[in-house]
Amino acid sequence: MNPASRLLAVMHKELLQLKRDRLTFAMIVGIPVMQMLLFGYAINTDVRNLSSAVANQANTHLSRQFIAELGQTQVLDLKYAVDTPQQLQAMLRSGKISLGIHLPPDFDRRVIDNRRPAAQLLVDAVDPTVLGVANQLRNMPLKFDATVLPPQRAAAFEVRPFYNPERRSAVFVIPGLMGIILTLTMMLFTAVAVVREREHGNLELIINTPVSTVELMVGKVIPYILIGIVQLALILAVGSLLFKVPILGSILDLYLAAAIFIAANLALGLFVSTVVKTQFQAIQATIFFLLPSILLSGFVFPFDGMPRVVQYIGEILPTTHFIRLTRGIMLRDAPLLDMSQELLALAVFTLLAMTAATIRFTKRLD
Amino acid sequence: MNKQNSLAIDARGLTKRFGTLTAVDHLDLQVPESIIYGFLGPNGSGKTTAIRMLCGLLTPSEGGATVLGLEVPQHAQSLKPQIGYMTQKFSLYGDLTVQENLSFIADIYSYPRASRSQRIEELIENYDLVQQRKQFAGTMSGGQKQRLALACAVLNKPKLLLLDEPTSAVDPKSRRDFWSKLFALADTGTTILVSTHYMDEAERCHRLAILDHGRKVADGAPADLQASTGMSVIEVLANDTRAAQAEMRKLDEVASVTQLGVRLRVLIPESIADPRGLVDRVFTTVGIAAHTEQVPASLEDVFVAATLQRSDVEQAA
Repeated sequence: MNPASRLLAVMHKELLQLKRDRLTFAMIVGIPVMQMLLFGYAINTDVRNLSSAVANQANTHLSRQFIAELGQTQVLDLKYAVDTPQQLQAMLRSGKISLGIHLPPDFDRRVIDNRRPAAQLLVDAVDPTVLGVANQLRNMPLKFDATVLPPQRAAAFEVRPFYNPERRSAVFVIPGLMGIILTLTMMLFTAVAVVREREHGNLELIINTPVSTVELMVGKVIPYILIGIVQLALILAVGSLLFKVPILGSILDLYLAAAIFIAANLALGLFVSTVVKTQFQAIQATIFFLLPSILLSGFVFPFDGMPRVVQYIGEILPTTHFIRLTRGIMLRDAPLLDMSQELLALAVFTLLAMTAATIRFTKRLD
Repeated sequence: MNKQNSLAIDARGLTKRFGTLTAVDHLDLQVPESIIYGFLGPNGSGKTTAIRMLCGLLTPSEGGATVLGLEVPQHAQSLKPQIGYMTQKFSLYGDLTVQENLSFIADIYSYPRASRSQRIEELIENYDLVQQRKQFAGTMSGGQKQRLALACAVLNKPKLLLLDEPTSAVDPKSRRDFWSKLFALADTGTTILVSTHYMDEAERCHRLAILDHGRKVADGAPADLQASTGMSVIEVLANDTRAAQAEMRKLDEVASVTQLGVRLRVLIPESIADPRGLVDRVFTTVGIAAHTEQVPASLEDVFVAATLQRSDVEQAA
C-alpha cells in the first residue's frame, strides 16, 4: 500500500504542477496541432509551379503552341521570356528560375526529324526532385497536327498504385508525423521534468525521503503517458477531419502501438535526464535525437535508399518502427500480428532505456 | 542503554574527496541524542558535504558513520523515514501551495492517513503559516519559506534533523524564532545537527564542532571551547586603530589581530605571562594612546585560535 500511495503522490504532484504551467499545457495541445497544419499542408512531394523561363528562338506557330501546352500542365510557372539560352543560364545561376526551356531556331524541323530532340531543358538539378520533374517532361508527347507520330512502343510496366492512389502527400506525411510529434513532446517533457527538479534543488530533498527510485520514475512518467494518448487523439482527429487521412486498421491496434512507442520515448527521456545537468542540455539532447528521427526513420526519405550502416542506425530509433506501424495500420490495414517484430523492437528499446535510466538514477548525489 | 550515552551520530574518519580536493578530511564526530549540535565553519569548510554523507546522499571516500544505529550509506534507505533534512537552498515546490507541499511530503512519508490532516493543521499552526496556507511557496518571503521547509522536515516526527545553513536567507527576527523552534524540538527528544557560519547561532548549540578546510579543528560545548583556547584575548581601543594594528602585527608573541568595529582583538598564547602588560608597553614605546583590557574568549576567538593552530602544525610538518 505504501509504494502505491507514494507513486500516486508523485503523480498527483506532477499533475498539479502541469496544470499550473500554462505554457507547457498550451504546448501539449499547440505543438501537435501547429505541426500538423504546417507540415500537412507544406510537405508536398508532388511538385507544381516550378519557376521557369522560356527562350523561344523559333517563334513559330508550333513553338508557341508547345509552350502554351507546357503551361497548361501546371508543373511549370512560366514567369519569364528571354532571347538566348545564355540568359536562361544566368537566371538559373541567380536562382530566379529552376528550369529554363530553350526552343532553338530550327525547332519545327527538329520536331519532324525525330532523330534529334526538339528542345532543351536547362535544369537546376541541386534538388533531385526537380530533375525528376524534368525527366517527366521529357516524355511529354509532341502533338503537331501536321506530323504523323511514329507508333509508340507500349510501356514495359503498367503501374498500379495501392494505398494512396491519388498520390496525396498528406496521406504519406501524417502517419509519420505522429511519430515525430510524439518523439519531440514525450522525450522533451520527461527529460525536462526530472532535470527541472534537479536544477531547482527539489531532487535533493526528494531523494532524502523514503520514496524509491522506481516510484519516483514511474510516478513522473505516467502523467506524460496520458498526455501522449491525448496528443495522439488530437493528431488522429485533425488528420482525418482536415486531411482526410484514412484509418483503415483498428484504432485499438494503433493505440497499442502508440502506448509502447510513448513508453519507449519516455524511458529515453528519463535516461537523458540522468545524463544531463541542466534543462538547456536536456533540450539539446532531445534535438540531437530528434533530427535522426526525422531524417533516418523513413519519415521523409525512403528507408531502402539509405546506406546499410545508416539503416542500422535507423533501426535503433523507435520512430522508425512506429512509423512503419502507423503506416501499416492506418493505410494498409495490416494486422498487428504481421508487424510483431516492430512491436518487439519498441519493447526491447523501452526495456533497455528504462534499465539504463534506473541504474544511472541513484538516490545519491555523487 | 543509558539515554545520555547513546549516540545519534557516530562518524569515524569520514572523508570525501572530489578529484584532488579533499572536502571532508577524516572527520570524527560523536553527536549524543536529544541535543543541538552545531557545525561551525566558513563557506567551503565541508559542512554541506559532511551532512550529505551522514544522510547517505554522498558515498564517503574513506571511513564511515553510524546514524541512528544504521550504517550509511549502506542502510540509508531504512534511515530515510527517521531523518528530516533541510537543504541549504529552498527545495520545496514553488508552484505548489503551502498546504499542497505539506500533503505531498506527508504522502511520500506514508504518514498515517487517519491523523494526516490533523498533523498538517498542527504544523501550519505551529509554524505560523495560517495566512500562507493557499499561497504558492515560490512567492513567499525567506522566513516563510524557511518555516515551511522546517515544517516539512519535521512532519514525519524524525528522530534526527539535519539542517544545512537553515538561517542563511532570513532576517534576525526570523532567526530568533527559528532557534526557539529548534529548542522546543530538542526538548521533545529530537537530535538536531545544524550547520552555520554565524557565531551567535553557534553559541546557542549544546555542543559544536568547528570545521576548517574539511577538518575538525575543535569540538565541545561552546563555554568549554571558549575556556580552553590556549590564548589570552586583549581588547584594544586605540586612537589610531590602523597604526595600533600594524604595531601588533610586528610582535612575534601575537598570534592574531582582528578588527571588530573600532576595537582590536589581539590573541596571545597563554604561555606568555602578562600579555596585557606586553601590549601596553608596545603602545607606550611607539606613542599610541590606547585602552587595553583582557577579556574572555568569544567563539570568534575560538575559531581564529583553532584555525591558527592548525596552520602552525602544517608549517612545522
